[in-house]
Amino acid sequence: MTILRAFLRLILPLGLALALPACGINTVPTKEEAVKAAWGEVQNQYQRRADLIPNLVATVEGFAKQEKDVLVEVTNARARATQVTVSPDQLNDPAALQRFGEAQGALSQSLGRLLLVVEKYPELKSNQSFLALQSQLEGTENRIAIARRDYNQAVQDYNTTIRTFPSIVAAKVIYGAEPKAPFEATAANADRAPEVKFGS
Amino acid sequence: MRLLLALLLLLGGPALGQSFPALSGRVVDAANLLPPDVEARLTAKLAALETETGGTQLVVATIPDLEGYDIADYGYRLGRHWGIGQKGANTGALLIVAPNERKVRVEVGYGLEPVLTDALSALIIQERILPAFRAGDFAGGIEAGTDALVAQLKLPPEEAERRAAAARTRGSEAGEGGGLGTLLFFVILVLVIWLVIRSSGGGGGGGRGLRRGPAGPIIIWGPGTGWGGGGFGGGFGGGFGGGGGSFGGGGASGGW
Repeated sequence: MTILRAFLRLILPLGLALALPACGINTVPTKEEAVKAAWGEVQNQYQRRADLIPNLVATVEGFAKQEKDVLVEVTNARARATQVTVSPDQLNDPAALQRFGEAQGALSQSLGRLLLVVEKYPELKSNQSFLALQSQLEGTENRIAIARRDYNQAVQDYNTTIRTFPSIVAAKVIYGAEPKAPFEATAANADRAPEVKFGS
Repeated sequence: MRLLLALLLLLGGPALGQSFPALSGRVVDAANLLPPDVEARLTAKLAALETETGGTQLVVATIPDLEGYDIADYGYRLGRHWGIGQKGANTGALLIVAPNERKVRVEVGYGLEPVLTDALSALIIQERILPAFRAGDFAGGIEAGTDALVAQLKLPPEEAERRAAAARTRGSEAGEGGGLGTLLFFVILVLVIWLVIRSSGGGGGGGRGLRRGPAGPIIIWGPGTGWGGGGFGGGFGGGFGGGGGSFGGGGASGGW
């Protein structure tokens, strides 16, 4: 009896402490959190882009009032895109990610059209605040691309972890882990930053 | 155990299918654009910047071949690979010159984004660096650009942000707080210890107790142990090394 007790009190916890990390009790949630953090960054950067747009629209409007159609389109696309969000708990739902990607892709396209229109206005292109906005937009598109790549890498890492031994043990038994969906480019050319370079 | 080891090796960090020049110092002149005296002068200025600001690292790199990558794409990978800037604070920046692709980039670490904004980086490239490059004067352009970057990075934070705002920019949030990650780590450490103790106290019920908790221990990766951010460790003795900072695409590019 006492031997059994000693076993329960000492050996069992020790064995568990050694065995549990080996079967992925820590790695699975660690990697899941990494996925969530990476997704947060993706949404941050898209939000950052959305925040730049009102300023951009106002600046372009000052020089090119007659381009109302394009400006209205960008404003609407921005409004639609900011309504679609994906919470960290929805990351195993590919459809949610696709909706998000489509909304942002539509915004990318109308932004691309706006920047094409700008080509017709040399004074606008050399305007200081437009140039500053342009460099910020470029930087933001670059950050978006990196955040997406980081997210997809984190997803890949997580999905591999929950499907391979030994971490699959903890993934199945303890966490009931489901694979996360990668964020793929949906709209045409959405994986590429819109061209925001004008003959400098 | 061997299996675990093999798995660890397999999962250990995403491999970058890209070759980078070695971080040989604060000025990595892989494309041989700088005469030795300029290189020495730049190195001294960059070392002074790090001591005066308590850790801000700026590295000048000339790259002979971007291997087909866009300079912005190459730049952030290089920054993460070298781990420029302090771990957690991510206070690193790079001035990258690719003479063969005729591209230049200021790559800014997460922590410096509010100080060295995209718009300000673009301004420095357009006004200080490119005019000299167009005239074929690489050393002059690199030195002028470095001076402008160092001047901005040395300013006290409020003054620096005021200037950045004057370049009509919106400062981004500072990088994901390393403080929170550390805090969480310790909270979870305590939780894990508590779980182990509880399971030993509860005798046979220990295993159950662990299984019951779907909100089991969650461990956030320590700050800066993100992906790709090659930690070079301090490197204070003699040679120069990156502090383990990470990059997320801040900065600006230009071409001539």
